Amino acid sequence: MKSLRVTLLYVGLTALAAFLLAPFVWMVLVSLHPSKAPIPTMDKLWPERFHWENYAFVLSMPDIPVARFFFNSIVVTTVVVAGQLLVASLAAYGFARLTFRGRDFIFLMFLLSMMFAGPVTQIPVYLMVRWFGWLNTYAALIVPGLGSAFSVFLFRQFFAAIPKELEEAARMDGAGDLRIYAQVIMPLSKAALATAGAFSFFAVWTDFFWPLLATNSMEMRTLEVGLSVFKNSYGATNWPLQMTAAVVVMLPLLVAFLFTQRYFTKGIMLGGLK
Amino acid sequence: MKQRPIGYLFIAPATIHLLLFAWIPIAYAAYLSLFKWDLLKDSKPFIGLKNYADTFQDQAFWNAMWNSTRYTLVSVPVGMVVALFVALMINQKLRGVTLFRTLYYIPAISSGVAVSMLWIYVYLPEHGLINTFLMRFGQNIDFLSHPSWAMWALVFMSIWTGLGPRMILFLAGLIAIPTSLYEAADLDGSTPWKTFWHVTLPMLVPTTFFVLVTSTISAFQIFTPVYMMTRGGPEGTTDVVGYHIYSEAWEKFHVGLASAKSFILLLAILAVAYWQFRAMKSQLEGYSTAVS
Repeated sequence: MKSLRVTLLYVGLTALAAFLLAPFVWMVLVSLHPSKAPIPTMDKLWPERFHWENYAFVLSMPDIPVARFFFNSIVVTTVVVAGQLLVASLAAYGFARLTFRGRDFIFLMFLLSMMFAGPVTQIPVYLMVRWFGWLNTYAALIVPGLGSAFSVFLFRQFFAAIPKELEEAARMDGAGDLRIYAQVIMPLSKAALATAGAFSFFAVWTDFFWPLLATNSMEMRTLEVGLSVFKNSYGATNWPLQMTAAVVVMLPLLVAFLFTQRYFTKGIMLGGLK
Repeated sequence: MKQRPIGYLFIAPATIHLLLFAWIPIAYAAYLSLFKWDLLKDSKPFIGLKNYADTFQDQAFWNAMWNSTRYTLVSVPVGMVVALFVALMINQKLRGVTLFRTLYYIPAISSGVAVSMLWIYVYLPEHGLINTFLMRFGQNIDFLSHPSWAMWALVFMSIWTGLGPRMILFLAGLIAIPTSLYEAADLDGSTPWKTFWHVTLPMLVPTTFFVLVTSTISAFQIFTPVYMMTRGGPEGTTDVVGYHIYSEAWEKFHVGLASAKSFILLLAILAVAYWQFRAMKSQLEGYSTAVS
């Protein structure tokens, strides 16, 4: 009876995994069909030979600089994630470990902002960025992303759980708050850093809406926007090439996820619901 | 408590950023919404509340609100039930559940644009992944071009992408339920089904509320799949409000009117979130009186 239940569970879990991942397998197989070939039917899904040249083509198109998109995404994501972690952890130290007037009210302002970041702020932020003369520059892609209320919240949850005694011992030794932050709290918070970093990495790397508005030249597009440009100009009906481009965009994300996946669970357990 | 004003210095960078890129823009959007503000024109006359009045008259806007509502009303509850079911399956002491947990999360970390392209392909007539099977039964549906199918195609896809994060949240909620409660239920001779209704679900109310509110807010704002897959069509049936405001601002350049529309959307989201919050509170109170 018990083993039947376990078998059924495994069958269910595997079937679900197959359902969730089948489109990806399919995407890879189609990307290896000859470019411009008609849509492969199910029985001919396995290509007669692997057309890796699709990848060479997508990576070296003259008019759509995929290498440049990669470079932009790497620069933007690195700077935004690093900046966010620094800015948010400093703020969280203030909110979690220090007492000052207005603290809880200001923190509430952070929480509230999470609810309507999207629809209302897009137009004014665009106009502001245009007024600063930043459109189509890295500044436009980076600066608006440097703050993250979500990261502040996550760090604060984590910092609040660190025992007061550690901090008091450091204060006895004459350490100031900046030293306590840098030498006591942060070294204990590697898990929080990894979690906040993982969440913001994926959020920034796959952000579509803002880079779509903030850039208009091919050289400044990020990978995500670049892929949509590719789809509009090459894709239309060339399915193998479209799927090749999609794989090129997906692969780095998958690799990054395999390295960071445990922090997603951890982060939600520690930040999500208190 | 000893006051430590140095705290202001610690929160300064984040707070200045929050002011500059969240609160000032909100105020600025309120200001913009009072003008006939066209991105391409120099004259920007003040027109008071006319943008709001126009929005209330605008059939296309209410069509978009309705589309977002039906998208949310189906994708959120169905997505949550599926996620809870999967979380229950995975919350067993089985070998290899971590692997499944990881696999289920993959759609959620994927590129929204790549995933949209993939799903265009899944939904293609004749040779798409779904129609290949339907053709065996003599059916062939052009999901994304059919007015009565396109919306449900987007909903189905959102359940696929949203499963991982929702499942993890439910899992966190399930793990936090004290085992003593289950032991007590066992001692009372409760059946698994009864235990689920009277122990598991009540203990999951806060988690459910959290998932419900965050899912509702994000469902009201979906943009990328609509932009990539349907552009609001066919016949405006997938013109959700996030896309509608986008095209008002960035295709028609009516940023004043679009700002007014975004405020109305914001109020709607806040109202729904507040209503959900009230419902959860009375739900929780109901349970505590039932227990005592």
